[in-house]
Amino acid sequence: MTSDARPAPAARAGRRRLGPQWLGVVPFFAFAALFLLIPISYLVVGSFQDQQGNVTVQNYLNLSRPITASAYMASIEISFVTALLGGLLGFLLAYVVIAGGIPGPFRSGVMTFSGVASNFAGVPLALAFIFTIGRTGFVTVILREVLGLDLYGSGFTIYSKIGLEIVYLYFQLPLMVLIIAPAIDGLRRDWREAAEGMGATSYHYWRYIALPILLPSLLGSMILLFGNAFGAQATAFALTGGFINLVTILIGGQLSGDVLGDRNLAYALAMGMVAIMGVTILAYTWLTRRAERWQRS
Amino acid sequence: MSGAGRAAVTPTVVARRRARSPRQVALKWAFLLACIAYFVLPLLGTLLFSLRSQPFLSAFTDTLNDPQFYSSLEYSFVIGIVTIVVSIVLLVPTAFWVRLRLPRLRPIVEFVTLLPFVVPPIVLVFGLITTFSRPPLPLTGSNLGSDVLLVCAYVVLSFPYMYRAVDTGLRSMDIRSLTEASQSLGAGWLTILWRVILPNLRVALLSGSFLTLAIVVGEFTIANFLARPMFAPYLQLISGNLAYEPAAVAVISFAITWAAMGAISLLGRGSRSKIQVGGAR
Repeated sequence: MTSDARPAPAARAGRRRLGPQWLGVVPFFAFAALFLLIPISYLVVGSFQDQQGNVTVQNYLNLSRPITASAYMASIEISFVTALLGGLLGFLLAYVVIAGGIPGPFRSGVMTFSGVASNFAGVPLALAFIFTIGRTGFVTVILREVLGLDLYGSGFTIYSKIGLEIVYLYFQLPLMVLIIAPAIDGLRRDWREAAEGMGATSYHYWRYIALPILLPSLLGSMILLFGNAFGAQATAFALTGGFINLVTILIGGQLSGDVLGDRNLAYALAMGMVAIMGVTILAYTWLTRRAERWQRS
Repeated sequence: MSGAGRAAVTPTVVARRRARSPRQVALKWAFLLACIAYFVLPLLGTLLFSLRSQPFLSAFTDTLNDPQFYSSLEYSFVIGIVTIVVSIVLLVPTAFWVRLRLPRLRPIVEFVTLLPFVVPPIVLVFGLITTFSRPPLPLTGSNLGSDVLLVCAYVVLSFPYMYRAVDTGLRSMDIRSLTEASQSLGAGWLTILWRVILPNLRVALLSGSFLTLAIVVGEFTIANFLARPMFAPYLQLISGNLAYEPAAVAVISFAITWAAMGAISLLGRGSRSKIQVGGAR
């Protein structure tokens, strides 16, 4: 705390008086304004204007049109399903390798792989699944030739909503493993021993101790997974070639070919997406704050 | 309560029974194996498909003979490296200055760096194209302008984890004493940043950089809509035209991700940022 009060050498004092302190953060805020805040405010302003530039909320009311409403429904459904499944399975996997008495190398292997797989996404991931359980994928072929199970004959296709969910799980599940691992690490052995000392069964331990402590982390992580899937565009585009009606795909379609025929509606569509992401991140932040109470620092 | 009878069992017995229940152990391993299968099969599928080309390995040799493969890969790496440099030049002095002199601004800077989580890449590129396709800054009109826009978009994408990495790194050192010591030796701000702060942030910055590189090289959405010759749009393009080469390119792309992530975990877990939601989905 002495740095400002102490009489300074001339050079130092001179340099410091060049400008007010806040000049130091001008480059950052200028950059953020130019490439993030101003572009977003263009969308915000546009979403409240009609084609002639008059102020209106009609664009937001128009979001209830079939094409935009079904895009939101599909995006929310896919994000919800993959967040729930990815969250539960990811938690189980993390729990099994961290606390399940699995040999050590397995644990570090799963954690490292999760770091990599949570970043596998986009075009290569979509292709990998097409090569695997696409119409001529090797698992499809093996199932048909060896087990007599005809996936595509029974109506399944990788290019559908379910297919997309299977693909999304490839990055959702590992992401869950990564973000839930600290919370599982935070479950102290003495809590379990204390509970058992008082006669609690495994069920009691989970119902009254572990789950209540983990719940904020679990919910928070799943909400983050929801946002993660909701904002995804590349994987869905690469898998379906754009033939699936998601919010991100619809915005992309508008960008490359004006599919909505109404630019201002597209602005509102994008803003609705930002609003949902905003709520998601707020809920996540709030829940992690609650969860951190129980974690060793 | 059904638990009443069990409650009488002594703790050690409970513990031993939990650890050795063969059904639980079997379930555990079955679950683990199912997970491993789910994660390995797509990688295996891609590899097998790429090897199906005739003559053997021709998918790989054809890919390696395709000038577009190199140019897109080279372009992506150059864009990635420029992104990393700009991101570091922008964020290190900012984080340093905010910690040293403007701690009251920290929540605001943090908020701005977290905004890219709220604004998905598709919305970001939508906003950028809307803003920069008209005067006063019609950047999308020229190749150079689009390159600039692409780098700036990626710098924005890198904000959350880069800033977090830098800020965590700064927290672990006594920047006030370091700064004062340097100043009393006659160092200016640039010297302090370059020769004192930056070397101390090396590990944090390296892991942030590899993550940025992995994300940029694999990024599709922004590159596609800005019509830049990046790696992911190239892969998307050939996947529509060629049979086995896309599998070979996907294998190579997985290898790149592995290399970048492997580098991060080699650099130590301590400096890894907690949230790893990238922009490449």
